[in-house]
Amino acid sequence: MAGGFSVSGYGPERGSWSKLFARDSVTRRLDWPLLLAAIALSLIGSALVYSATRNRTELVGDDPYSYLFKHVLNVGIGLALMIGTIWLGHRTLRTAVPILYGVSVFLVLLVLTPLGATINGAHAWINVGGLSLQPSEFVKVTIILGMAMLLAARVDAGDRDHPDHRTVVQALGLAAVPILITMLMPDLGSVMVMALIVLGVLLASGASNRWVFGLLGTGAAGAVAVWQLGLLDDYQIARFAAFANPALDPAGVGYNTNQARIAIGSGGLTGAGLGNGSQTTGQFVPEQQTDFIFTVAGEELGFIGAGLILFLLGVVLWRACRIARETTELYGTIVAAGIIAWFAFQSFENVGMTLGIMPVAGLPLPFVSYGGTSMFAVWIAIGLLQSIRVQRPMSA
Amino acid sequence: MSNIPETGRTPRVRIRLVIIQVLVFSLFLTLGGRLWYLQVRNGDEYADEANGNHVQRVVDPAVRGSILDARGVPLADNQTRLVVSASRTELMKMKDDGDAVLTRLAGVLGMTPKEVGNKVRLCDDETPQPCWNGSPYQPIPITDEATPRQALQIRERAEDFPGITAEPTAVRRYAAPGGARTSQVLGYLSPVTDEEIKAAENTSSPFLRSDQVGRSGLERTYDKYLRGKAGVTSYEVDKLGRVMGKTQADAGTPGSNVVTSIDARVQSVAEYELNQAMKTARQQTDKITGRKYEADSGAVVVLESKTGRVVSMASQPDYDPNAWVGGISGKDYARLTTKKSNYPLLNRATQGQAPPGSIFKVISASAAVRAGHPFDGTYNCSSSYSLGNRSFKNFESKGYGPISLGRALEVSCNTVFYALGHKEWKADGGNKPKNPDDWFYRTAKEFGLGKETGIDLPNEVSGRIPDRQWKQDFWEANKDAWCKQGKKDGDYAERIAFENCREGNRLKAGDSVNYAIGQGDILVTPIQMATVYAAISNGGTLYDPSVGKAIISPDGKQVEEIKPESHGKLPVDDKTIANLNKALEGVATRGTAAWRFGGWPHDKIPMHAKTGTAQVYGKQTTGWLATYTDDYTIVMTISQGGTGSGSAGPAVRNIYNAIYGLDAEGNQDPKTALLPKPQSELPKIEPDGSIDAPEIKPYEPQQEEPPAPEQELAAALAGPAPWRRD
Repeated sequence: MAGGFSVSGYGPERGSWSKLFARDSVTRRLDWPLLLAAIALSLIGSALVYSATRNRTELVGDDPYSYLFKHVLNVGIGLALMIGTIWLGHRTLRTAVPILYGVSVFLVLLVLTPLGATINGAHAWINVGGLSLQPSEFVKVTIILGMAMLLAARVDAGDRDHPDHRTVVQALGLAAVPILITMLMPDLGSVMVMALIVLGVLLASGASNRWVFGLLGTGAAGAVAVWQLGLLDDYQIARFAAFANPALDPAGVGYNTNQARIAIGSGGLTGAGLGNGSQTTGQFVPEQQTDFIFTVAGEELGFIGAGLILFLLGVVLWRACRIARETTELYGTIVAAGIIAWFAFQSFENVGMTLGIMPVAGLPLPFVSYGGTSMFAVWIAIGLLQSIRVQRPMSA
Repeated sequence: MSNIPETGRTPRVRIRLVIIQVLVFSLFLTLGGRLWYLQVRNGDEYADEANGNHVQRVVDPAVRGSILDARGVPLADNQTRLVVSASRTELMKMKDDGDAVLTRLAGVLGMTPKEVGNKVRLCDDETPQPCWNGSPYQPIPITDEATPRQALQIRERAEDFPGITAEPTAVRRYAAPGGARTSQVLGYLSPVTDEEIKAAENTSSPFLRSDQVGRSGLERTYDKYLRGKAGVTSYEVDKLGRVMGKTQADAGTPGSNVVTSIDARVQSVAEYELNQAMKTARQQTDKITGRKYEADSGAVVVLESKTGRVVSMASQPDYDPNAWVGGISGKDYARLTTKKSNYPLLNRATQGQAPPGSIFKVISASAAVRAGHPFDGTYNCSSSYSLGNRSFKNFESKGYGPISLGRALEVSCNTVFYALGHKEWKADGGNKPKNPDDWFYRTAKEFGLGKETGIDLPNEVSGRIPDRQWKQDFWEANKDAWCKQGKKDGDYAERIAFENCREGNRLKAGDSVNYAIGQGDILVTPIQMATVYAAISNGGTLYDPSVGKAIISPDGKQVEEIKPESHGKLPVDDKTIANLNKALEGVATRGTAAWRFGGWPHDKIPMHAKTGTAQVYGKQTTGWLATYTDDYTIVMTISQGGTGSGSAGPAVRNIYNAIYGLDAEGNQDPKTALLPKPQSELPKIEPDGSIDAPEIKPYEPQQEEPPAPEQELAAALAGPAPWRRD
């Protein structure tokens, strides 16, 4: 590379449109495979959301395009949030982390107030002026940013090789507050994702093995305790029971997973064709535009289409891993690793439950599922990844 | 590409990142593998499950084809009735599962809510009839006898009756044109059984649960043509059973029409006359038993002699075939199948068997000729024939001296045939048979007796020729019982059993002598004898009698004719046939049947006849009358009705009178003739399915006038004394 640039500048300061297209500009330095894979996922998601909702008049009323329209709008907002995030840069955001964290925790707390709403058994939403938000989606971002800020501060400053115990404790404490609140909602799916994020962040931060194994042990013990103490709601227990025994009550708790598996299985290699899936048009699979969107792909696009979604998610994660590896700052590495843990686990849980290898939990499939908050959060995450890549020091 | 900068990260972080990457990709590999397993490896299984989930079939039954008479008059067709049906899927969507609607409906139909509720409940192991055993997606009929007023009430207040329809629907009707019920020939329908559905599952014409199947008669024989193919529409339904669209519409084809050779007018005459003859017989006293004749059953067959086609076929007792329509009631079913009713479902023309008596003598005469006894030879018609210590008598012990075989047929001389039968038995070796020719038995079989004629009606019985093989088989089957019952010095039955036990397997002289005049163990059906006499009249061809004449597609475009088929030739030469013809003409002009054909225009329409009276152990005599003209053969029999000419004579003559348009004096009026020549043209069916059928007037029997003394005299002069015997 030509000399002259040692470090790419901060977006807002350098921000002139002509530079966007210049050699070595931000646009040139974006991770295009990452971006294109995410866009492709969103587009496939739009088609699937349309297919899943066009018949559901109880949802869409007279306008079969209403969900498609809203989904595309969400993708647009998501893209804008990504651009904004790149523009600001993750380093700028680093300084704003305390505020962002505070706001997100406040929003999560709101869920527990009368503003909170229950959707599909999960009391994870707040209704503000007709708009439903799922604050736990934002919390995933702020936990990553907050923990990364704490854990990387001294390492990036060159004081230490690895975060010390004190810092780790602080970081865990920072994560624990919204996790506990989320657990109270209860939104078990999000809690699991957050726990995995914490694990990923700790791993990438270089915190000592004791913390990593300790965390794993605590998680296992916590799960047992939750089960034993009966902290789970009946519907959650039923979901686990149905997972353990798929033949159990196929008309009741096992209904979702059973119908989901029929839908996916019947797709075969090439699928029924978009809009032709009988399971989908017949609305046999509940929540098909959100948590069970993968069944639409399975039935209508077949192994080829569903496999493509997995492949594209794989591309996103592969690029994210590359970004995590290539950045020189620990802060960027931790943020990327947190996002990887988040996307990977959430995708695995979401697709896994439709395939019957994971218990049912209410989690959207990143980029593909319908749902604004989730869409915004994952595109902000893409923005963070791009920012880490764009702002990484170029080799001389 | 290798411009990865130096990083300040420790090896620990680098290793951890690799671990994360490996974990992430193993998760995705797991998903991919599972996806492949579900979709590619087990995909078919899930596709089936998905199909079962969402496809529901609605059956639009095919309209069953009509059964027409030779001129297109429908004997069985369909009638439009107002059928009120309920859609179970609609009802189940209501909060009370449709109870309120069904209760309102019961009010309109004048039924109790329970009756209506029972009709729409689904059959299962715990639900007794009435219940619905069809598809729950099929409209369930509640009544097929709604009045237009009821239907209007339901339709006009559609909002009060969601899920209820009142629509005209085709229902089978047996119209009995001109009074011709044709009951047993037409047969009946009843719902398909589970076994039949299963058996036909993978054939080209699978049954649907709603199907009706022909159970007897023509409805059964031609079922596959009449039934057509139901239209099946597969609807895609969603989770709640709401119809989202059609996946496949398999348009049905209506059933074809079966044109028969039956002439509804002749049929109604035949039915009326048979019934009338039996009524008359019941008023007469049997001299042997001293009781009135039972005349418990009877049959008449009218064949086209030159084709074997059935112009009419009646069997008594009969029944109204409409009893089966819309499901037979338990009461009706009991009535049709009990001993008290004497089994009206049986078609006595093809399923009733009795010894033929003297109408068998045409076969005996043929056998004698084949055995080398010349037709015109001289045979002693003595008044009785002695065999050991038994004496076989002629009727009323009357003798005629030496006569030809032809004359023996005319006067129905028993002793001539006794002697011939005995002679042949002896020639075959008597009690020690040696390479027997068995001319009498062989000839009967070659005349088509002892086996089915092959008529296109189900469950025809074969009758029986009691030859040596049969004797042996019968003895083996019964000897244990006989030997147990038999006593040497017991009563009559015990002595018979004793004898049977000892030598029941042997063909004895007495068997052969009796058999030669059509008595004893021989059994024949009316259709067999009609086939035999038709063959004598047509020069020797034994046709398979047939009722079906053509299958015509609903639009009249495709016509598949059913050609007459034969099952052989009579085993006699033309000369013998000519001799038989002449002798049978003599029977009608001066023989045993002459008194019944007084005034018949023999010169214009040569009449041939043979009378017969069969003795059945423990019963009154069964009369037979076999007759033919150039075109038609009519055989009538009345069980326990006395002699053939006595019981059946007037009826048979009246049938001929109607066919040829003759009055009692034998004057022909071509305008009143129903069918002077057999119907050869097929009726025309228009492309719209309508049939050009002539109007039918009910049969009006000629007024019975007491015969004028001159006529009786003339008849008496025509033959040797009034031969009121066979």
